[in-house]
Amino acid sequence: MSLPVLCATLLPAVPFVLALIGLLLPLSSRATAALFGVGGAAVALIAAVLLAFGIGDTPVEEFIQLAEFGDIEVTAGVRVDLVTAWVAIAVGVVATAVQVYSVAYLRDDDRYVPYAAQVNLFTAAMLLVVVASDLVQLLIGWEVMGICSYLLIGHDRRLPEAPAAAVKAFLVTRVGDVGFWIGIVLIGLSQGTFRISELGGGEAVPTLALILLLAGVAGKSAQFPLHTWLPDAMAGPTPISALIHAATMVAAGVYVVARLYPVYHPDALAVLGVMAAITMLLGALAACAQEDIKRVLAWSTVSQVGYMAAALAVGSANAGLSHLLTHAAFKALLFLAAGAVIHAVGSNLMSHMGGLWRAMPTTFITMTIGLAALAGLPPLSGFWSKELIIGVAWHQAADGHDHTWVAWLVLTSALLTAGVTAWYATRLWLRTFFGVRRGDAAPHDPPPAMGVPLWVLAVPAALLGLLLVWPGASGLGLGFTDHGGESTSEPGLYQYGISEPVEWVSIAVTLLVTAAGAVAAWAVWRHDPAGDPARILGPARSFLAYGFRLDDLQARVVVRPVQALARLVRAADERAVDGAVEGTGSGTTGLAGWLARLHGGGLPRYTTTVLAGVLLIGAAVGVTEVLG
Amino acid sequence: MTVGQVLLVGAVALPAVGALAVAGMPARLDRAARILGTVIAGAVLAVTAGLALGERTWFAYLDGSPVVRPWHEVDVVWAESLDLAFHLGVDGISWPLVALTALLTLLCCLYSLWTVPAPGRGRLLVALLLAIECGILGVFLSLDLVLFFVFFEVVLLPMYAVIAVWGGLDRRHAAVKFVLYTLAGSVLLVVGIFTVVAAAGTSDLVVLSTQAGAGISHGTQVAAFVLLALAFAVKSPLWPLHTWLPDAHTEAPTVGSVILAGVLLKMGTYGLIRVAVGTVPDGARQLAPVLGVLAVAAILVGSLVCLAQTELKRLIAYSSVGHMGFVLLGIATLSATGLQAALIGNIAHGVITGLLFFLAGAIKDRAHTGVLTSLGGLRDTSPLLAGLLGYAAIASLGLPGLAGFWGEAFAVYAAIDRGGALWTTAGVLAAVGGALTAAYLLRLLRTVTHGPAAPAVTGLPRVTTVELITWAPLVVLALLLGVVPGIVLDTTIAPVNALIEAVAP
Repeated sequence: MSLPVLCATLLPAVPFVLALIGLLLPLSSRATAALFGVGGAAVALIAAVLLAFGIGDTPVEEFIQLAEFGDIEVTAGVRVDLVTAWVAIAVGVVATAVQVYSVAYLRDDDRYVPYAAQVNLFTAAMLLVVVASDLVQLLIGWEVMGICSYLLIGHDRRLPEAPAAAVKAFLVTRVGDVGFWIGIVLIGLSQGTFRISELGGGEAVPTLALILLLAGVAGKSAQFPLHTWLPDAMAGPTPISALIHAATMVAAGVYVVARLYPVYHPDALAVLGVMAAITMLLGALAACAQEDIKRVLAWSTVSQVGYMAAALAVGSANAGLSHLLTHAAFKALLFLAAGAVIHAVGSNLMSHMGGLWRAMPTTFITMTIGLAALAGLPPLSGFWSKELIIGVAWHQAADGHDHTWVAWLVLTSALLTAGVTAWYATRLWLRTFFGVRRGDAAPHDPPPAMGVPLWVLAVPAALLGLLLVWPGASGLGLGFTDHGGESTSEPGLYQYGISEPVEWVSIAVTLLVTAAGAVAAWAVWRHDPAGDPARILGPARSFLAYGFRLDDLQARVVVRPVQALARLVRAADERAVDGAVEGTGSGTTGLAGWLARLHGGGLPRYTTTVLAGVLLIGAAVGVTEVLG
Repeated sequence: MTVGQVLLVGAVALPAVGALAVAGMPARLDRAARILGTVIAGAVLAVTAGLALGERTWFAYLDGSPVVRPWHEVDVVWAESLDLAFHLGVDGISWPLVALTALLTLLCCLYSLWTVPAPGRGRLLVALLLAIECGILGVFLSLDLVLFFVFFEVVLLPMYAVIAVWGGLDRRHAAVKFVLYTLAGSVLLVVGIFTVVAAAGTSDLVVLSTQAGAGISHGTQVAAFVLLALAFAVKSPLWPLHTWLPDAHTEAPTVGSVILAGVLLKMGTYGLIRVAVGTVPDGARQLAPVLGVLAVAAILVGSLVCLAQTELKRLIAYSSVGHMGFVLLGIATLSATGLQAALIGNIAHGVITGLLFFLAGAIKDRAHTGVLTSLGGLRDTSPLLAGLLGYAAIASLGLPGLAGFWGEAFAVYAAIDRGGALWTTAGVLAAVGGALTAAYLLRLLRTVTHGPAAPAVTGLPRVTTVELITWAPLVVLALLLGVVPGIVLDTTIAPVNALIEAVAP
């Protein structure tokens, strides 16, 4: 077994085994659980780093047969390249930070032991998706992640809304996965294999299969219209939000499209483009009106993952994956920092915060870096990766071949979203750290176990973008370069490369829009530093705060009809189907009883009956005689 | 006799003799009798494990070579004047079910060592369990249709007694319904079997499967398949012939429910594959679309009823209707993929639903109620029970990586593989049924494990070591079959391919 294959196998295996052991530990063994938790993530991180150094330019693959179903076989294996290694490193860094942070954050929680194990299982499942060489094997990691998100979102017993949010997270993604599985089935049927590297490029894979896969991607990556679970998922502990939003779950959908990029063709990508264009703007607008600091970040994830999907839709897997990595860094940072704020203030609501910058310098500085990266301020990481996406869309809109309208749609939405993002990021920053102190708690910076992960994540959140523009990055398969393994020969799909002229115009426009958004938020805030800049949204505010009321629509169109149908079917099954069975039984018993009663009449009735019978026979005989 | 033949006869004779011996022990030795029964059940498991050893090479299917190729075989004359044979054999299709039966019976006996429901007399319960085991193993091992029918009927009365004596409040009604309903099925079965035997001139399953309906007219095949399929549909059960099941499963004592759901239902699906499809394939091909449509209806109806269900055991009982719907859908496709899915689905359902019934029994015995809304907060009062219930429910919803996934996902695959509007719709609806399955199981967990602790679940007795020992094999198997499905599928693939080659060339 070569080093890359060994590392890739250990990536999911180590956290998985430690998770299994962890789930069997008694609730009292916190120290062991913490050791296994941090250890599992750390070993995965080390394996990912070794993988990045050990892997060459060509992908490495090894697999074994898992099962045979008729003429199709299911395999399990690893297929790794540089992109795999990069994503695995991102997962490892975030998971390690989350595990360390959780030791302190859940200090008083008596269910920390299963929590740490479940985080390990979550990490293992994501890493399985990352290294999987077979679509069915990938689905295992994909769904196990879903169930881990269910378990962890429902972790907090003090929140009455947590169980509902947990069920929603799993069910919404599971609905998408109906499409995902049928898509995999169609791929298996058309290609005769589930192995990703064996899938034919060009038009070999049916468009329908690729579009159906997008249903699963929309569920996992919280894209419109299956994004509704993500804002509610805030009911989970804050480190879990960091995990879900940065390195696992939402990243998985984007990663899978990137993984299957050679088989995607323009028609399917057009669908993704429309989805992404709606999601970007919708998420950003909803983020503007939230009062809960975590919900702002949650909606911002919806929007930012929309950017990644948009990059894929306009033809650049590199740009999408670059944004996946930078977003992983700054979003994990933002959530963990928000957790520190919540920890200190004792509330999620920004109306209880304000003026915290002096009391919490660590949190203030790191969160400022995170927000600036989110808004896309140069030279922070988010600037470069977002620029990459907008630049690709710009190129594609100007001189693409297929579906240029998609590129125009994506470009318009991406530019508008950049402005809105700057607006809500500025609002969050000002409302949390400046102005008057609105809560009555005495805020303080978090303990080292929570503070150190913030600094550790602040480094890539700030500097990862520079790596993307560093010419040496071409060897890393990222950034403003082509990546051979992920390229496609399909005409119309554009690979954005360093050799192409950087679009200074698009950079200028983006920066202008961003600045306008930030200044607008500042101007409104400055007018009334105690108030909420979101007041300028006016009557639209509550509509946006409730996420365009899509939850109500979902309840009215899907949830309640299904519940009503269930009650109806139950009644029909019990009354009609079982009623017929019971009716046969009671009918037979009744008939038997009636016959028995006939035979239980006593002597007078028997005499009468016998005499009547004699009379009847006599009459019959008489009639026969007469007629004969 | 070879070792294999001794094991074959032993697998059927040992539980029968054991049942008599255990039942014959005096009342004051009740506990000793139960221990004896458990030891015998253990010995039966060892015997069935031994069946997998020895020569089982498989040659490529060639014209004229038998479709059923037992690893071991016993064929002796039983009643010469009636031309009956005592013909037993085991192959890749039957062995996983044989092993599952022996395992679940052992676990139930083990459980009965410490827990005997009212009115006590545990040795009789154990004796009946062994008698049921004898019947079920006989069904899976028979290679003669008449013998198959005899064993099929052996199971009925002991199960009736288990429900009627040790069951819940409404046990008599449930037991009578169970026995009459399945007896009606048996009438159809015997007519169907004799239709086949009369038309083909033999009752030997090896010969019948190899002929694959040759020499039986199309009309006769259709008639025979209808009769046989109806009989097996009652047992499996297939919607709308399922309503005996919720009552029987709900009222039966824990061990009764485990055996019922775990292996008794599999006699139906196994019979459908080996007897109905194997002997009259023309009829099967003709009626497969009907079977497929009903299977999908079972999946959807089963999961929708569960979504509106309010009682724990009844919900799990109804979930079997949906899960067996996937198995039947796999069979209905008459493809190697579908049969593979059905066979692993069978085993997975046995393991997972067996575990679910053990857990439901443990919860109901402690809380003295099965009403979902009065069981809230179990996660706080009994984390272990809640955790195990969560695990079993997650396995039951077909999570990839656990046993339930393979059968359900590939039943969908097989249906879509058949192509055409009907089968594609069936596959898509079945996949939607999978999402509904997740919905009702998560609803179950949300009501039972989350939320504030209800009075009924406070101060529950701890989970005992015996319970953990009983459940552990099922917990491990649910994971193992999920990660290494080849354990079952590598065993079944060769005979399945041979069967499909013969029935759907």
